[in-house]
Amino acid sequence: MDFDWEPVFLTLKLASVTTLILLLVGTPIAWWLARTRHWSKQPVAALVALPLVLPPTVLGFYLLLLLGPNGPVGQLTDSLGLGTLPFTFPGLVVASVIYSLPFVVQPLHNAFEALGDRMLEVASTLRASPLDRFFSVALPLARPGFLTASVLGFAHTVGEFGVVLMIGGNIPGETKVLSVALYDHVETLNYEQAHLLSGGMLAFAFVVVLTLYLVNGRLNGRLNRGGRR
Amino acid sequence: MSPVESHGTDPLPIELQFRTAFGDFNLDVELQLPARGITALFGHSGSGKTSLLRCIAGLEQVDGRLSVNGQCWQDAGQFLPVHQRPLAYVFQEASLFPHLSVRRNLEYGYRRIDPASRKIEFSQAVEWLGLEPLLERSPDTLSGGERQRVAIGRALLTSPELLLMDEPLSALDLKSKREILPYLEQLHEKLSIPVLYVTHALDEVARLADHLVVLEKGRALASGALTETLARLDLPIRQDEDAGVVINATIAEKDSDWHLARAEFDGGSIWVKDSGLALGKAVRLRVLARDVSLAQQPHHDQSIQNLLPAQVREIVSNDHPAVVLVRAEAGADTAVTATSLLARLTARSAAAMQLAPGSPVWLQIKSVAVLE
Repeated sequence: MDFDWEPVFLTLKLASVTTLILLLVGTPIAWWLARTRHWSKQPVAALVALPLVLPPTVLGFYLLLLLGPNGPVGQLTDSLGLGTLPFTFPGLVVASVIYSLPFVVQPLHNAFEALGDRMLEVASTLRASPLDRFFSVALPLARPGFLTASVLGFAHTVGEFGVVLMIGGNIPGETKVLSVALYDHVETLNYEQAHLLSGGMLAFAFVVVLTLYLVNGRLNGRLNRGGRR
Repeated sequence: MSPVESHGTDPLPIELQFRTAFGDFNLDVELQLPARGITALFGHSGSGKTSLLRCIAGLEQVDGRLSVNGQCWQDAGQFLPVHQRPLAYVFQEASLFPHLSVRRNLEYGYRRIDPASRKIEFSQAVEWLGLEPLLERSPDTLSGGERQRVAIGRALLTSPELLLMDEPLSALDLKSKREILPYLEQLHEKLSIPVLYVTHALDEVARLADHLVVLEKGRALASGALTETLARLDLPIRQDEDAGVVINATIAEKDSDWHLARAEFDGGSIWVKDSGLALGKAVRLRVLARDVSLAQQPHHDQSIQNLLPAQVREIVSNDHPAVVLVRAEAGADTAVTATSLLARLTARSAAAMQLAPGSPVWLQIKSVAVLE
């Protein structure tokens, strides 16, 4: 039987790139949310959490307008010679980053908040500058949070459908990711392919979540035993 | 460990002034503290002693000024961030980094200072604190006392010009306290930098401090040499169960038959248990007010052997109306400088003896602690 691997690879590529960008973008946002006492903390936190409650199609619709040839971002990218983003792989990445943002920021935010002030104060009395404290103390202590954030961000991107359909369409090799391919197979009554994709996803999801629980249980145990004294 | 050298001239005192409100708590302190030795910041919980220490460290940014050994760390126009202040801070809980081994914890600050300004070498700190067997361990496998030893080593390895300690013993059990105390006592000889030591335990003050600051409700009620300040009757410490004086004395005579040694001080001497004290050795004696009684005649027909002639200087009532505290000076009429002792007695005894400032009395001292 001929199995079409292309959507699978495309999905993995999309999820990897998205997760990488999210860790880079989400870390400073989470750090700021955990440390700030500024009035804008709650509004920003709400904005970040918005994709959790918003129907993906709504998000996709607005992104389509925003990034499209008549949208402000679309006109900007067009004038820069980048063309417009909808129905391209980079467009999918942008949409996925926004869509999966809360899944990365919230675990990081929680991990940073759980650190408390003490360890950072100790580091400051040992001559570590703010940036130094962040890399030498906050990051390593928040490791379980980073693991959770990466896995959730990756898995959530793999599973997206509504946003992809709105902004990516169904272009093989460019925007036809796993969930869209699955939908196609079912539409065309190609149940055999649909079974393969779905069964693979089910196994993948279970393995990912199980690994996360096992690794985090071990990490937390080690950090907590030595931690708070 | 070699002592931290000062820069040729005598170090300048620490000058500080802070005024701020933390919620409904006001801190308003202006002090000049000695540039050498251990200064105890003593007060009950809520007195503001830890807040003051945090202000000095720069962990709290409040209005005020601070200069250490002539260097301005904070005034109206500037605020040196914590990591740029050449200080070390030992917290109440050891607060070791859980993700680093003991060795990496010790190296954390050591690596972050300019190698040319290192005055304490890694191996010296490890040897002094006996940390060699712990180096490759993880902090979570250490006992409370071991953790605090590592924390002290980690702090000292930054070669600080000021050492701040926030109740380093209070989170420890008795056994761990006994393990750490000798190291704190040695800080005097090991370091020539000032140490600010926050505590609410008078026995730690008596053991360790040279200078005493008494804080209450965010204000400094007193700041002075330990022996003088402890003998003052106008401070809240007089109400403490452990109220008493510390006397600096020297071993002047030994009675090997009875295993006793005579500790001599300005205005008198006291026989103490001889635990191998060398002649001429300087010791600290701690005499609690509750262990001193007064008599009008020297009674030799009783068990108390330490009798000192003295003159009453002050009588104040205590928190309970039945109790008074008496300050009397031993050797007031003979010695050039007399030594004050405190006695706790009932108001009825004081009235029956017709005690008043100037009354001659005999101090009967039931027990003395020798702090080496």
